[in-house]
Amino acid sequence: MKERIRIGCGAGFSGDRLEPGLILAQQGKLDYLVLECLAERTIALAQKRKRQNPDTGYDPLLERRIEMILPVLLTNHVRLITNMGAANPLAAAQKVIEIAQRLNLSLTVAAITGDDVFHQLTGDEIALETGKPLHESGPILSANAYLGADAILPALATDAQVIITGRVADPSLFVAPLVYELGWSLDNWEQLGQGTVIGHLMECAGQLTGGYFADPGRKEVADMAHLGHPFVDVLANGTAVFGKVEGTGGMLSVATAKEQLLYEVMDPSRYFTPDVIADFTQVRLLQAAPNQVHATGGRGQARPDTLKVSVGYEAGFIGEGEISYAGANALGRAKLAGAIIQERLQDRFADLRIDYIGSTSVHRTSFGHYPAPYEIRLRVAGRASTAQQAALVGEEVEALYTNGPAGGGGARKYTHEVVGIVSTLIDRNQVVPNVTRLSA
Amino acid sequence: MKTKLYDIAHSRAGDKGNTLTLSLIPYKPEHFELLRNQVTANAVKEHLKQIVAGDVIRYELPNLPALQFVCQQALTGGVTTSLTMDTHGKSLSYALLEMEVDVQ
Repeated sequence: MKERIRIGCGAGFSGDRLEPGLILAQQGKLDYLVLECLAERTIALAQKRKRQNPDTGYDPLLERRIEMILPVLLTNHVRLITNMGAANPLAAAQKVIEIAQRLNLSLTVAAITGDDVFHQLTGDEIALETGKPLHESGPILSANAYLGADAILPALATDAQVIITGRVADPSLFVAPLVYELGWSLDNWEQLGQGTVIGHLMECAGQLTGGYFADPGRKEVADMAHLGHPFVDVLANGTAVFGKVEGTGGMLSVATAKEQLLYEVMDPSRYFTPDVIADFTQVRLLQAAPNQVHATGGRGQARPDTLKVSVGYEAGFIGEGEISYAGANALGRAKLAGAIIQERLQDRFADLRIDYIGSTSVHRTSFGHYPAPYEIRLRVAGRASTAQQAALVGEEVEALYTNGPAGGGGARKYTHEVVGIVSTLIDRNQVVPNVTRLSA
Repeated sequence: MKTKLYDIAHSRAGDKGNTLTLSLIPYKPEHFELLRNQVTANAVKEHLKQIVAGDVIRYELPNLPALQFVCQQALTGGVTTSLTMDTHGKSLSYALLEMEVDVQ
């Protein structure tokens, strides 16, 4: 057992920047690096890709991330834990082996499977969001249960330097190495509660170190162009000290940590994960030094008997069109264009949204501020059951060139297929995680 | 004196399906009581009435100190199926900060 371990988080979502993870691996003196790359809807989209080609379905940036970082990880003896496996951890592990062979590196990869419970659902399970059976939302594409730290532990006990998962609760990616290295027990709810606070603070990477925080003149953050991502030193007693690599940009403060602690949290006294029901209400944060924050006081109660399942379903298509108006009465002409589109399309779309970008498009109100903008971009969006019908939105907006108000310019049109997400619960005994080891 | 929440507090928005979460964190801990008294769940529901269709629940975290608001039916269906531009509702922290409170 170790007295202390250091874990870095080099990515907080699938599209996150590549360099901060590399800098952490190079200079962070890490024991573990976590790359958290799997948002709620990402796995359903990945399942669609896997259906078209069974060798795909993992994170689209996996190859670039691994190629860049793998040699450094091996040189510095940093173990990687990542959910870039998405819908296909086995294919992801195979891809990492291919990359290692290409780079002439010797490596063991462990893939964790078992989160895919698509074939275990009947469609009659109740969706938590709607209170109705899943199949009423639409044809089901995917169903993935959130695995916990216990699913990762057997992989940590192997010689694998890279551990690739599919759907795992984000904090569990951090709780697993804490339990494994610090000798924590899987029924010590106080420890797992504190571990979950640590994981939750870390999981969005740059959001702890000043990313998504800055507001010029009010919340200043230095050198955001080189924003560094965080690491955490955790002692066996659970005390956590968060920091970042010297010389990187950004800021780690009690204020950035508070924003992240409450991010996406419903009831802070009952934060459900597969490992524990964590309680964030007694957490204390302390600025120990510049860019260094201590966190203590995470607590918890016994883990839930069920696991949350994220279910992706086919939700049709969305068509969008945009066009700009500028100069005198820009908003007036844009609103005329919007009214014309409304009349032309309202019979064919149950759900049509018309935005005047620059006025009220983002918050649906401007709380009483009504300046006269110099330019306005009209945006129209509608949902449809076929791609062809969805395309009508963009076609009608484009047609405003010669069939709408004066001076419209810069029309663009888009359509995309929509994957909806709902959740349900499954008895945890029905979910059996598995570890597959591959070597190069 | 009336002041915007923006002048005394900061906030981050988060999303879970069609539910919006908004933290509210005073820059100065001594403003926590003022926020607790004036930024009630009902006051937030009224302020965000054009945005939030469902209930607003407030949680208090005096240790931080901070308040957390959980707003139901606030994201026009949620990130994947919404027709809005900001499908996550990530910008809505600044909608909360538009609210005015009385400061002595």
